[in-house]
Amino acid sequence: MQIKFWGVRGSIPSPGPNTVRYGGNTTCIEIRAGDELIILDGGTGIFPLSQTLFPELPRHIHIFITHSHWDHIQGLPFFVPIFIPGNDIHLYGASDPVTQQGVEHLYDVQLQYSYFPIREAELNANMHYQSLFPGEVVQVGDVTITCVLMNHPVTNLGYRVEYQGKSMFFTGDHEPPYNLCKPGEEDWDVYEDLIQQKTQDMDTIMQNVDVLIADASYTTDEYGQKQGWGHGTYDTCIAMAKRVGAKQLYCTHHEPMRSDDMLEKVFEEAVARCSLDMDFGVQLAKEGLTIQV
Amino acid sequence: MNPVDNNVQENIQRMVEAMPAFPRSVHKVLELTSDMNCAPKDIVETIEHDPVMTAKMLKLVNSAFYSLPRKITSMKHAVIYIGINTVKNLALSIATVGMLPAHNKADFDMSDFLLHSLVTGAIARKLSTFVNREGFDVTDFFVAGLLHDFGKVVFVQAMPETFLRAKQMVEEQGVSLIEAEQRLFGANHSQAGAILGQQWKFPEALVQAIAEHHQPDMASNVLRDCVFAANQICKSKHIGHAGNTQVEPFSTSMIQRFDCDIESLLDKLGDLQPMIDEAESFASL
Ligand SMILES: [Zn+2]
Ligand SMILES: [Zn+2]
Repeated sequence: MQIKFWGVRGSIPSPGPNTVRYGGNTTCIEIRAGDELIILDGGTGIFPLSQTLFPELPRHIHIFITHSHWDHIQGLPFFVPIFIPGNDIHLYGASDPVTQQGVEHLYDVQLQYSYFPIREAELNANMHYQSLFPGEVVQVGDVTITCVLMNHPVTNLGYRVEYQGKSMFFTGDHEPPYNLCKPGEEDWDVYEDLIQQKTQDMDTIMQNVDVLIADASYTTDEYGQKQGWGHGTYDTCIAMAKRVGAKQLYCTHHEPMRSDDMLEKVFEEAVARCSLDMDFGVQLAKEGLTIQV
Repeated sequence: MNPVDNNVQENIQRMVEAMPAFPRSVHKVLELTSDMNCAPKDIVETIEHDPVMTAKMLKLVNSAFYSLPRKITSMKHAVIYIGINTVKNLALSIATVGMLPAHNKADFDMSDFLLHSLVTGAIARKLSTFVNREGFDVTDFFVAGLLHDFGKVVFVQAMPETFLRAKQMVEEQGVSLIEAEQRLFGANHSQAGAILGQQWKFPEALVQAIAEHHQPDMASNVLRDCVFAANQICKSKHIGHAGNTQVEPFSTSMIQRFDCDIESLLDKLGDLQPMIDEAESFASL
């Protein structure tokens, strides 16, 4: 299995001289497993990825969306293979319980007259939509994809991808659930138990992955101001990797205002804090970085 | 609002007081969720204190939408699993649709009524994006549309047989529902709805929009105008049913507000089906 980062930035694309090393595109990960092409999220990184696909078209392409926030879908209308006849594009993602709409809703909303010149009905590729429920397992050839409900202000699915005994997990955007009460308050214990249960449910799906890619938007200091925004920290990601026995952790969803230099600085500080008992590798996700497992 | 006879006012007040206590939590949820920084804990507690809303929430969370590995048994459980933001938005939707008695002697079909209310809300919300909202949030338009006819629920709840007669009067004598209500109750559903709104401590602007939703020529009110237009569109397209089907024409002030007539407004709105689908899925909860 080969994994390649095409976008590692959170919230909004951030091009410019301060982000050239790690890249300014928003979330997109390419996975090659045997003959299968699987893409996780359609942030702006999916556009440069699509430019590399021409030699192998027409083909089947499976896109799994973690959630519908802009930075994870913004590139979808520019995913060139959707305009080319003969391609089969399979789009997977969560149904939303609030709007009661399935994953087909993404393109319906994006490809409207006011926002885009081409309508969904005009796409030339064969489009296939599959809405997923947490816990559902999807088989793409010999690749197995399992989804799990993470914690974010909108339904966000984390994906475990397995092929020939190798595995990776991507959290999408995720904030470890936190206690709504302060220690000492009446319901503190109740929430603690529930959090433990939920954490266990998520950890189970991540167990022993070779590669864990996780949302580490904030430093622990920054998190104080951003609780409830739906993102993790370097420290929570390292703790998660440790709990689930991941072999390698990649921190992603870099803050849009964080320069390459600052990114390395805050990351090194976090690693130094946690390194004493770490028996796995951890590094920053970087546009263009390719991982073989 | 037009003045209501004192005795009638008292009567309606009594009817309103007899409404189930449940709406208090609706009010609280609306209030809490309009503040971006409200404490999640408060939202959870408000919902927990409302058995009807809690039951609906758990039903949804345990439905196929989530198919979670374990059964969610409490609101605290739900909030840890699906997150506070989703809980908040679900509560908002459930809050406003959950207070209707399904069966009544007024032969008033609550699911049709709900569909009418929900779609009016959705259309009013969309219409508000075409005009100067004058400081109101788009959600305010949804809520106003959703609740514009709740005065009818007061009548149905308190005097179902009389409301049934009002409906028959509309069918047999061709009078408007407003007129029939006026004759039989001494007040119409706009007035009853406004009194209900005051009782539930709705914001003044919302009460006024409810009070005037059949009087588009009263002093300028963007909330009321969007509700009025949405209501007429719903009726003209036969979406749901709330006891009267007469489509009231656009007056000069309405045409001024939207800068077009009802037909052009319909064109501008585009496909209504997604709104209807969404409303139907909530109406069936
Ligand atoms: Zn994001
Ligand atoms: Zn997000």
